Amino acid sequence: MANVNPAMDGKIPQADVKIAKKKRSQWFEVWLRLKKSKAAMVGLAIIVILIFSAIFADFIAPEGIDDQDLDRRFVSPSAEHFMGTDHLGRDIFSRIVYGSRISLQVGFIAVGIAALAGGSLGAIAGYYGGKLDNGIMRAMDILLAIPSILLAISIVAALGPSLANVMIAVGISSMPSYARIVRASVLTIKDQEFVEAAKAIGANDLRIIIKHILPNAMAPIIVQATLGVAGAILSAAGLSFIGLGIQPPNPEWGSMLASGRHYIRDYWHIATFPGLTIMITIFGLNLLGDGLRDALDPRLKN
Amino acid sequence: MAKKLIEVKNLKKYFETKRGLLHAVDGVNFYINEGETLGLVGESGCGKSTTGRVVLRLLEATDGEIFFEGKNILDYSKQQMREMRRQMQIVFQDPFASLNPRMSVAQIIAEPLEINKVYSSKAEMNKKVKELMDTVGLAERLVNVYPHELDGGRRQRIGIARALALNPKFIVQDEPVSALDVSIQAQILNLMDRLQKELGLTYLFISHDLSVVKHVSDRIAVMYLGKVVELSDYKSMFKSPLHPYTQALLSAIPVPEIGVKRERIILEGDVPSPINPPEGCRFYGRCRHRQDICKQQTPQLKDMGNERYVACHFAGNL
Repeated sequence: MANVNPAMDGKIPQADVKIAKKKRSQWFEVWLRLKKSKAAMVGLAIIVILIFSAIFADFIAPEGIDDQDLDRRFVSPSAEHFMGTDHLGRDIFSRIVYGSRISLQVGFIAVGIAALAGGSLGAIAGYYGGKLDNGIMRAMDILLAIPSILLAISIVAALGPSLANVMIAVGISSMPSYARIVRASVLTIKDQEFVEAAKAIGANDLRIIIKHILPNAMAPIIVQATLGVAGAILSAAGLSFIGLGIQPPNPEWGSMLASGRHYIRDYWHIATFPGLTIMITIFGLNLLGDGLRDALDPRLKN
Repeated sequence: MAKKLIEVKNLKKYFETKRGLLHAVDGVNFYINEGETLGLVGESGCGKSTTGRVVLRLLEATDGEIFFEGKNILDYSKQQMREMRRQMQIVFQDPFASLNPRMSVAQIIAEPLEINKVYSSKAEMNKKVKELMDTVGLAERLVNVYPHELDGGRRQRIGIARALALNPKFIVQDEPVSALDVSIQAQILNLMDRLQKELGLTYLFISHDLSVVKHVSDRIAVMYLGKVVELSDYKSMFKSPLHPYTQALLSAIPVPEIGVKRERIILEGDVPSPINPPEGCRFYGRCRHRQDICKQQTPQLKDMGNERYVACHFAGNL
C-alpha cells in the first residue's frame, strides 16, 4: 500500500470506546419486551400454573384419577368437591389436575415432533432449493390439503388409540405449517453475507444451517410452536372426545367432556369444567404466542 | 519481476435471468503479485464484487481459469477447496450483514479455527482469539459482546480478525470501507496496510471509490460492464490513463486546489444492460473516440509495456 499517515497506526484510541455496561443477550431483550405486554404475562401465568399443576399433581389433587364412589355421584360443586363429581362419583377437580399432565405432554411432544420433522424438511427445502424444494413442499401441500383433524383421525385409526399414537398423529398433521415457516425464513437468511462468510471460512452445509441460519430463524418458529401447542392440545382433546384418543379411565380433558355431555341437561358441571379448562389453556397459550410474536419482532410493533 | 500469487484468465460468470443471460463477469484477465494490492475499480453493477466472489469460489465460475500459486483452483474438488480456503479469505462490504447477529465476538472470530480444527484445546483457541483481537485493535473486554452492540468500525475489525484467523496469504477486500464514516475509513485502511506489511498479505481491493483505491493500491484494474479495460500500476494510471473510460473516470476526481480546473470528460448515455450484450467494445455507445471497428471487434487486453495493459483498439493513440 502507498503513503500512509504514520500517526494513525490502525489502533483505536482507548478513550473513545463506549460500550453499554450491561451485557444483554438478545434473548434478554426479548424478555424485557415481553414483560411489557400484560396479555402475554397473563398467558404466561396460566401456562406456568398449568405446568406447576402437572408436575405437582400428586400434591394438589385431593383424590386419585379413578377413585369411584357410587354413593356420591353427580355431586354439585361444593366445599368438599370444588368442581363436583361425575357419574361414577369421581372428583372432577382431581381428574382435571391429573389431566393437565396428559394434555401438556401431548401438546409439547406433538409440537416437538412437528417442529423437528417439519422444520428440518423446510430447512432442507429452503437451503438447497430446486427439485428437492419442489418435491418436499408438494408433499407438504398434500398433507395440508387434508383437514388436519381428519388426517389425525385416520392416523390414529390406523395405529390404534394410545397416548403415543395421538402425539404422532397430531405431530404429523401439523408438520406442514412448520415446514413452510422454516423454509420461508431460510430463504431470506441464506442470501445474507454472514452465510457467505461462513462458506468462505470452510463451513459445510450442515453447520451453516444449524449454526447460522436456524438461530436467526427462531423467532417465527417459537411463535408458531407456542400457538401450535394450543392447537395440539385441542386436537388431542378432539380425538379423545370422539373416543380415538386417550382411553378411560385416564383423565383426558376431551374424554371427560365427552362423558359429561350425556348428563349436561341435569348436571352442568361435569362437562363445563373440563371445557373451561381447555378454553383457558388455549387462551393462555394464544396470548403468550401473540406476545412472543410482538416481542421477537420489534419491527412489527409500533 | 515479482512472483504472481493469483492469476485470472478469461474468467466468466453468467447468471440466468428471465430476460436472458446476464454477463456479470465476461472474460476478465488480471494477475496479482505476491505482497501487493490490486485495486479493482468500476461503477456499481460492473461485476467487481462478483469477480471477487468467483475468485474465492463462493460463486462457481461459468468459464475460465484461476491460478493460485500456479494451480488452477477451479479444478479442485469440494474437499480440496475447503483446504484451500485457509489460504484465501474475504472481508465483506457491510459489517452489519456479514456478522451473525446471534454469535458473540469471540464465537465469530473462533469459528474459522473451530471449523478447520486448528487447535485441539479450547485454551489454545481462546488465546489465539485474544491475539487476533489485539492484532486488529479490539479491546479484550469486547469478547462476549454481540455485534449489534458495536459500531461499524469495530464490526469491520471483527470481520478482519475472522479473515486473519487462518493465516491466509490472500484476502479479497470487497469494499471494506464503503459502509463506514470517513474517519473510521482511515483507521480501517491503515489497519489493513499495517497487517499487509506485518503478515505479508496480498490483497484484491474492490472499491468504487477512486481516492481510496489510489491510496491503497500498488496496481489498479478498471472494470467496465464485466470486462477489465485497463490494468496498470497506480502512478502511471493516474498520470496518463490509456483507456477512454479510465480517462473519463479520472477526470471526475475533484482537484483540491483553488482556481485549478480540470478538463472534465462528461460521459453521455447510460451503462448498457449486461444481459445479452452485443459484440464489439462494451464502451462503444459512450466513447468519444468510437469508430466502426469498435462496434465489430471486441478489443482484447494489449500489453503496452511496463506491465500496463489496455483493452482498446486505439490504445496509445488517444
